[in-house]
Amino acid sequence: MTAYFKEIISGTWSLFVGLGITIVYFFKPVVTLQYPHETLPMTPRYRGHIDLVWDEVRGTNKCIVCNGCMKACPSNCITLAGEKAEGGKGKVLTQYTLDFTKCSLCGLCVEVCPTEALDFSKEYNLAGFDEKDYVFDLLKRLEAKHS
Amino acid sequence: MNAFAPNPTNETFVLNLGPQHPATHGVLRIKLVMDGEYVVEAEPVLGYIHRMHEKMGENRTWAQFMPNTGRMDYLHALAYNHNFACIVERAAGIEVPERAEFIRVITSELNRISSHLLWFGAFILDLGGFSPLLYAFDDREQILDLLETVTGSRLTYCYFRFGGVYNDIDENFEAGARAFVARMRERMPMYHALVTKNIILMKRLTDIGHVPAEMCRKYGATGPVARGAGIDFDVRKHEPFSIYPRFDFDIPVYHEADSMARYMVRMDEIEQSLRIIEQALGAMPEGPVMAEKVPKTLKPPKGDYYHAVETARGSFGIRAVSDGTNTPWRLKLRTPSYSNLIVFGEAARGMLLPDALALLGSLDLVIPEIDR
Repeated sequence: MTAYFKEIISGTWSLFVGLGITIVYFFKPVVTLQYPHETLPMTPRYRGHIDLVWDEVRGTNKCIVCNGCMKACPSNCITLAGEKAEGGKGKVLTQYTLDFTKCSLCGLCVEVCPTEALDFSKEYNLAGFDEKDYVFDLLKRLEAKHS
Repeated sequence: MNAFAPNPTNETFVLNLGPQHPATHGVLRIKLVMDGEYVVEAEPVLGYIHRMHEKMGENRTWAQFMPNTGRMDYLHALAYNHNFACIVERAAGIEVPERAEFIRVITSELNRISSHLLWFGAFILDLGGFSPLLYAFDDREQILDLLETVTGSRLTYCYFRFGGVYNDIDENFEAGARAFVARMRERMPMYHALVTKNIILMKRLTDIGHVPAEMCRKYGATGPVARGAGIDFDVRKHEPFSIYPRFDFDIPVYHEADSMARYMVRMDEIEQSLRIIEQALGAMPEGPVMAEKVPKTLKPPKGDYYHAVETARGSFGIRAVSDGTNTPWRLKLRTPSYSNLIVFGEAARGMLLPDALALLGSLDLVIPEIDR
């Protein structure tokens, strides 16, 4: 019988302890960030979708069309094409398409690139309604950014 | 002991729990044969999120399978990364630099804590308590922010590489991890006062949902489910991998085998993980984070390999068969939740429906890992 009443008392007390904790936290500063009105800067290593890197010296992209990224990709989301450079040696990039719907952001393409022509973008606001919006023409993106 | 219906009748009905039910945390379906409020029989039905990960492993190179591992158990992705990295390193004979091993242990223990915190919040939510989830997510957010600064992602990490890790950690991460350990130690007594000692939680978990040791052995249940039944088995201690033997930590074991025991095992594991992180941060050596001699096209020698790690849910093993080419010949994935779930069919017999849901929550299931 005493155990029964003891349990009622200790049980009720445990509820008040819990209430006490929530009341203390009620008066502490708010930890929630009011996204999208407030945003945090992305960390330097944040992995968004890949992006071509601008070569300041040559004023173009750094790609040498070795197809390494295309072969390294586990989901075949990269398609690229190049043509023989006019007069010079090597190849220049003519098209670079990323199908972001299939990308798993593993970073194998960035790792495999011999000229560091690829990098992660810091974009994360990528909600949309159409599948076609996620097939990015990275070469066009790069040229638009630097024109 | 489970209490069967006081007056068993022949008028049973079938209740479908899921495949889309908030308490099943994903697309798990459980066919329950009910006699009033009592469960007569429970049969888990799988296959709603099967993605053929094993088959996918057979038609891509070893390195290309790495992102898949993080997508099986999205709550403890780094342990899955770790296991796959370890098995390929074992097969190909790649030595991992010391510093990389330390980084692996620290990040994967942080990930374990974040997994337990999410389970903690969601489990209490299943039982009808809302506010602990918010506290748990506040702490979990700290871990996700920390891991984001080194791995670049927040949930489905693809951070480990054969022979090391993707990139090095910096002082900010070390300071952040130290601050988190201190913060979490302060918060644990709060969790215990708010939740563990709460009379409603105790009444709903103590002596309810028995999964005894024989049942665990019968179905191959591992992790907190087995340790809550008194089986002292943790891969980190009993089949040591990586540099875990160097750290001083305990394996929490409870003998009650009820839902409360499993709850306590996980809460104690958070504290043990904090101890490991603290020791690893203190003994962190300098040096490279990537082995030098990793061949570009990896072709592990012919053979049959097995490696297991301890994830937040139990023992995760990979059996890899290599035929000497650049793609695996076979990848068999032994995931812990699969065995832990099958226990439910027998353990839930004769339970009240709300108690059966508490049992389901205490198993800590991640459905994509069961179906993989």
